[in-house]
Amino acid sequence: MSLVFAGVCSHAPGITGRAHLADAAIKDEFHAQFHRMGEQLRASKPDAVIVIAAEHFANFFMNNMPAYAIGMADHYEGPIEDPKWLGIEKHRIPGNAALSQRLIREVMNTVDVAYAEEWKFDHGIMVPLNFLTPDYDVDVIPVNINCQGPPLTPLHRAWAFGEALRRACDKAPERIALVGTGGISHWPATPDSGKVNEAWDRAFMDRWCRNDKDAMLSLDTYGDEATYREAGQGGFEIRTFLTVAAAARGKGEVLHFKPIPIFAVSCTAATMSVE
Amino acid sequence: MSLYATQKFLYDLNRGAEVQRRYREDKEALLAGYDLDDEERTAIREGDIGKLYVLGCNGQLLMHFAPLLGIPWADYLEAMREGVRKYGPVRAGIYAMTTGTDEKVAGV
Repeated sequence: MSLVFAGVCSHAPGITGRAHLADAAIKDEFHAQFHRMGEQLRASKPDAVIVIAAEHFANFFMNNMPAYAIGMADHYEGPIEDPKWLGIEKHRIPGNAALSQRLIREVMNTVDVAYAEEWKFDHGIMVPLNFLTPDYDVDVIPVNINCQGPPLTPLHRAWAFGEALRRACDKAPERIALVGTGGISHWPATPDSGKVNEAWDRAFMDRWCRNDKDAMLSLDTYGDEATYREAGQGGFEIRTFLTVAAAARGKGEVLHFKPIPIFAVSCTAATMSVE
Repeated sequence: MSLYATQKFLYDLNRGAEVQRRYREDKEALLAGYDLDDEERTAIREGDIGKLYVLGCNGQLLMHFAPLLGIPWADYLEAMREGVRKYGPVRAGIYAMTTGTDEKVAGV
């Protein structure tokens, strides 16, 4: 089979951890659309969900930082954070080591990806799973793109990684869902927390929905220097969105987009057709 | 200046229950295992979030130190602002402050 679903979403820890501090109606609307994305994902009856996240030093640190990593275990654990802080209980999440290994072997034809037989999920994966597969009954294959410790992988390599993932999924008999998490503009975990560049976010999501590769890979607009200036260090996570666009090759549909300052990000949930 | 070692300590602390226990019960011996200068060691020993922020610690590491110390979200943000008031702008890294010390973007 191949990809049966593709999408992107926010993963900010405040979405669950600070839900009680948000305006209830605004929070409820976002959570409802996030759940709706989950319903669409589960309706595609995936055998596994690949979650491409930009993790935050849960597993990878500057002593040995891979640009790209894929999990290769039969189960994972998460969240690594304090469950009370994140608002998500500890879970054991099923994986599929055999499928991971097949995907990794194929990806390695063009991208030198690291693999990991241990992986503790942080909010980058746990917050999305909380809405997408809340019963933790679908195999998850975690993928990481280093968006925290520069030097970061160039944008065009994130695109090539998406193409490699697609090629690997096309060769697998399993039905696979693909979700990218993170971004868009934000200044998380700093006194700036809550600041977003809504116009920048809207322009990026418009390009993502049109799958305008040239525009999304423009260094003038989205290179690290421009992104840091206009979209903060959180903006580096657009790499996960680029990878999904490269893999899905389709057009996007936004289910939810609204800045929610207490969640520190333009809260986004969007799907993309697979073509 | 050994920002790398400071961040490595925070990384180990966030990941490991045993490191967290030693931070509570055997702090000096634990910190001796990291190549820290006096300013960094003092900041970690005293849980000085503001100083660690100004030294350039990545926010994704630092924000987990706060709940470990029993510091709620709003107080964590304020501690970083206070750090910038006391010690000046962030000296390294990619988590510099772009708002004013009297600004509260998300109301906290």
